[in-house]
Amino acid sequence: MNKLLAILIVILFSSTSNVAIAGDDGNLKLNGNNNNGYKEVGDCFEKINRGVFAFNQALDKVVFKPLAKGYRMFPQPIRSGTSNALNNLGNVVTIPNNVLQGQFKDAGVNSARFIINSTLGIAGIFDVASYYGLKKRDKEDYGQTLGVWGAGPGCYFVLPVLGPTTVRDSLGSVVNLIGGDAWYNVTVVNDTQYFSEADYYASRLLSGIDFRAKNLESFDSLENSSVDLYASVRSLYLQDRYRKIRNIDKTTETLSDDDWEELDSQ
Amino acid sequence: MKLIKHLIIFLFLLNLNNILYAKDPSALINEIVDEAAAVLSSNDPVESKIIKLNAIAESSVDINGIGMYTLGKYRKSINDEQKSKYQKLFRSYFLKSFSSRLVDYTNPKINVVSQKKINEKYTIVNSILEATSKRPQVKIDWRIYTKNPDRPLIRDLIVEGLSLARTQKEEFNSIIQNNDGDINALFKTLEEFLIK
Repeated sequence: MNKLLAILIVILFSSTSNVAIAGDDGNLKLNGNNNNGYKEVGDCFEKINRGVFAFNQALDKVVFKPLAKGYRMFPQPIRSGTSNALNNLGNVVTIPNNVLQGQFKDAGVNSARFIINSTLGIAGIFDVASYYGLKKRDKEDYGQTLGVWGAGPGCYFVLPVLGPTTVRDSLGSVVNLIGGDAWYNVTVVNDTQYFSEADYYASRLLSGIDFRAKNLESFDSLENSSVDLYASVRSLYLQDRYRKIRNIDKTTETLSDDDWEELDSQ
Repeated sequence: MKLIKHLIIFLFLLNLNNILYAKDPSALINEIVDEAAAVLSSNDPVESKIIKLNAIAESSVDINGIGMYTLGKYRKSINDEQKSKYQKLFRSYFLKSFSSRLVDYTNPKINVVSQKKINEKYTIVNSILEATSKRPQVKIDWRIYTKNPDRPLIRDLIVEGLSLARTQKEEFNSIIQNNDGDINALFKTLEEFLIK
């Protein structure tokens, strides 16, 4: 327990500085300084990260991509129902994060959606709430909440199997495991008679496969047209997190014109 | 007084002329989406489709502008010879990458929903790529360079909030940075991609 606490403290300290731990080969700064609030993110352990990324790519080729292709063969209603149920389950993390970020209206809507879809929508398979005008909101997690509270991303790194992350986002994931995720609590932590540990891991695996299946073509396209796939994925991940933390929906708010303006003046 | 009056009328007509002939950024996107859809849904052989798609890209995308943007800070440190070599390589890379991404789509349906002028030089056009049985709907925004209103040009595609130009820039910068700032490493990588 002490060890876990020590790790948490180290992660917390490193995530609150914009560029934490400088690694062996780590002086790459991404996203520049003067970019509409874009924080610099250090790829502190790039050589190791590239190795883990290559491992994940191989794993994807052998395991996840074939599973996603197989999943695609199920009829559309089955895939939609699965996706809806998994999204509904995600609300148990989104709702507390809505509250922590001060998004009380979203917390209310998501709570109502969760109750309606879990009951009338039969465990979330059918999105009945949308029919009643309660439209789906964006997902929120503890990494985003830390970002909203002002914590910097810390170093970028790649986890085996789980993929790209930052120190802040990993810390957010740790919060799920120490009581922040009600689904984890009822399955893994508490031995209830209704759910088992296997239910949690099955839902996580299914979530990954569902995501992969939705993005089969776009991943292939990225892979085929990329000259440095690792760098592309890193850029896309960081852009996506930046946008989610700022809760930006409009493109005009996400982009800095600085680079383009500089180009025009040359 | 008469001269001023004539001058005002002249300037008004000149401005009216500009308004009449200026191309609306949304119209540009609708136009190229229709053209691309016609090519992609045709029974032409793949090679012919690629040639036609490349022609559409050459007339509607600011390839040189995107190329210089993607070089990031390194565009300031290259000489004219390197710049010329890079622009040639980037054009070929862009067209190959662009057409190979599109040619797999049979009939993509993109609907323009709105547009917002950021400043005199840029307008963002918002569109939706309709969902299919394989994937959900995708939000695509287009950054249109409108410095010359008669000939607006596409400079970036922002897919679900993710800028392709920025991704490309960070990819190229990573290659150069990991080779001690040597731009020739990028040239070599692009050449290898082109002969693949």
